Amino acid sequence: MAQEVQKEKSMILQKEMIEGLFNDLASAKEKGRKVCYTFVPGNLSELIRTFDMLPVYPEINALQNAMRKKSAGYIREAEKHAHSEDVCTYVKCDVGMLLKGNIGPTGQKLPEPDVLLLSYTGCFTFMKWFETLKREYPDTKVIMVHTPYQENGVMTPEMTQYMVKQFREEVIPKMEEVTGIKYDEEKLKRHLELSREAEDWITKIFDTTKHRPSPIDAYFAGVYYIGPINIGFRGTQEAVDYYKELYSEIQERIRLGLGPVTPEGEMKEEKFRLVVEGPPNWTSFREFWKIFYDMGAVIVASSYTKVGGVYDLGWRHDPERPLEALAEYCMNCYTNLNIPQRVALLSKCITEYQADGYVTNSIKSCNSFSAGQLAMMRDLEDKLEVPVGFIESDLVDPRYFSYSNIKNRLESYFQMLAQRKMFEAAETNPAP
Amino acid sequence: MQPNNGELKPLDHWIRVCKEHAFDLQFTRARKWKEEHADGVVVGYMPVYFPREVIHAAGGLPVGIFGGGDRKQIIKGDAYYQSYICHIPRSIIDLVLDNHTDHFDGYIFPSICDVLRNLSGIFKLNKLGKFVKYMDFPQNFLPEVGGVFYQQEMQHVMHYIKEINGKEVTPEALNRSIALYNTNRRLIARIYDVRQDHPWRMTLEELYYVVRAGTVMPVEEHNAILEQVCTHLERETGKAQDKIKVVLSGAFCEQPAVGLVRAIEEAGCYVVDDDLMLGSRMILGDIDATTAEPLKAIAHAYIHQSQLSSSIYDVDNPKENRLAKIVKDRGADGVIFASASFCDPSLLDAPIFQKAFDRMGIRYIAFQFSENINQFKVIKEQVGAFSDSIKLWEDEPAGAALTN
Repeated sequence: MAQEVQKEKSMILQKEMIEGLFNDLASAKEKGRKVCYTFVPGNLSELIRTFDMLPVYPEINALQNAMRKKSAGYIREAEKHAHSEDVCTYVKCDVGMLLKGNIGPTGQKLPEPDVLLLSYTGCFTFMKWFETLKREYPDTKVIMVHTPYQENGVMTPEMTQYMVKQFREEVIPKMEEVTGIKYDEEKLKRHLELSREAEDWITKIFDTTKHRPSPIDAYFAGVYYIGPINIGFRGTQEAVDYYKELYSEIQERIRLGLGPVTPEGEMKEEKFRLVVEGPPNWTSFREFWKIFYDMGAVIVASSYTKVGGVYDLGWRHDPERPLEALAEYCMNCYTNLNIPQRVALLSKCITEYQADGYVTNSIKSCNSFSAGQLAMMRDLEDKLEVPVGFIESDLVDPRYFSYSNIKNRLESYFQMLAQRKMFEAAETNPAP
Repeated sequence: MQPNNGELKPLDHWIRVCKEHAFDLQFTRARKWKEEHADGVVVGYMPVYFPREVIHAAGGLPVGIFGGGDRKQIIKGDAYYQSYICHIPRSIIDLVLDNHTDHFDGYIFPSICDVLRNLSGIFKLNKLGKFVKYMDFPQNFLPEVGGVFYQQEMQHVMHYIKEINGKEVTPEALNRSIALYNTNRRLIARIYDVRQDHPWRMTLEELYYVVRAGTVMPVEEHNAILEQVCTHLERETGKAQDKIKVVLSGAFCEQPAVGLVRAIEEAGCYVVDDDLMLGSRMILGDIDATTAEPLKAIAHAYIHQSQLSSSIYDVDNPKENRLAKIVKDRGADGVIFASASFCDPSLLDAPIFQKAFDRMGIRYIAFQFSENINQFKVIKEQVGAFSDSIKLWEDEPAGAALTN
């Protein structure tokens, strides 16, 4: 039987933070706290905190429900109410959960929203999702923040101004109205200062995969690392403390020459270094991860960990330009980048982290990621001559996770990588 | 093929002409236009809506690219898209890579969904066209916020065209173009209004040819054709059949094969409103063609006069109420929801519409299609049963149950 690993201090810290948030949410109404439903990409955590609101992230609830094997029932419930099989399963899981009483993944009832903050960033479905929720909460105010797409691979001043005007004209006045709290820009700046610090730390953490062996898995463990920064703790001292602690634990692993921690302990041998594009499957998350670590494959970078913000290229929240910083943050999330930008970013990851291969996990119900992945893969293969692999699954619908199919494909892929390594070694050190 | 000096030609003639244009996947009218205009710039635009006035005023010809339908075998496109992504982007890729659009200078991708947005990136990656513009329509509807942003988006398009033909767009030119497209929208609206009470005068299939043809030819020519079509339709022709009246909704981007359109009417329905060529009818009423700031006028019209659309954030103007009003105004008996498979905007709206219509007592059926599928037996039976159930057991139009 697999042995559970000893929890490190950072894991305990994160658990406490998330439990604390859900406890706060459970008692929000009795304590008079206002609740803001919003999304991870383009999340305005600092602004939400400036108005002392508590955030709820529907897609986080969906993925946590999937990890707790609850999503299938919720999806079926939504499909009974005319939701198509073909659309985003995060939406259906969330709608199903709502129809079944809105009991959150921790078993506590989630409070109804006081405001639906629709940060329309990099995903068209977000808009439809909150149009749907608006019908369920007809008295709740919806605040739309339209984030312009980086169609030309740049954030222009006019795009930034468009967003800043939305903040000034609509978002902030409506938040003041909902909370009864006056906008305090100095408070926002203090949060942004802490955001910048956390972003520095998380960048350093994901950069440690340059080491051999990589001390972390930047996808399967990476999704835990991005937890605090993505679900409302960005802009807090707690997040800074968490990332400092995590970084120090990783440094210790580097000092000891250790590989990543997996659910079954340390990965003993790093055979393959990969970059992965696309979100993970959540319904069979551990089985999915196990296929990789059993084969000695470690993920040295992933696009998914950039979905709540891209910090690799040096961008940080700037407290001196608070609203402009929020605007740029939204525009700079991974799915708001155009396809050539995504290719350039992935190319940088493959090169800088010395990846042996590039794998796409194509998600059936997430077109924001999936549409274009084949062209991106072909482009990277042509430019970098990197071996590419392709698998398909879904976010939270277990009907679309075919374990044997995925395992077969990945095993064939790893065999190909192994052969390639063998040939490369033979070319480098030819037999006498 | 062009209408000449006002001589009235038979309706059949114009329907035949429009049919040829509507499904000309070589876009030959645009090719000819480019040969006739030395500095002409051909700009392809994808569904759903783009303010064609802007291209026209800049000395360009806007040409709608609505996929290959059931008339283009997909070879290359399937290598770009997984099986669970809708069909239209793969047929667009095939059209472009097979040189159907080699006379096009640029491409515009209006914001509608993640798939078409990312298709713009594939065009950029493959360096297709002299420019590729993702047209980010504002979802903020304050004139000084979203309206200004929209004007900037239109200016980008004018800038791209100017880089090709060097032509500066004047307010006068824009106003002239707006006026031409106002005429176009008015004429199309006239046809819909006639068909509301006399749908037997022109089938939906014929209407579809007439409207779609306008997306691939100069607006001046299309207006002349529409004038003649209107003249014909405003005379009593044909005879009413025992059919129910329906509104067709959900097929605003990927277009169904014409066979499906035909099947719906053959199964006992008159389609008295639809969103098949929504872009040509997106703006309701005229855009002000007399101002010194025509881009502002176009933005104003988008914010205040847009048709209901799955691509426009609707919270302050719920789409279900708007569609219900169309049902009522057209005197329709029900709604047929036809969504392209894997079409996020249409399919994500479906539960909203259906829940509301259950409450309002508006009858509907729903099915999915794909542009390249032309077997409609099951759909025809479903529509036939829907029609029969209303004809045999219901007395009054669905809209009559509504109070507003």
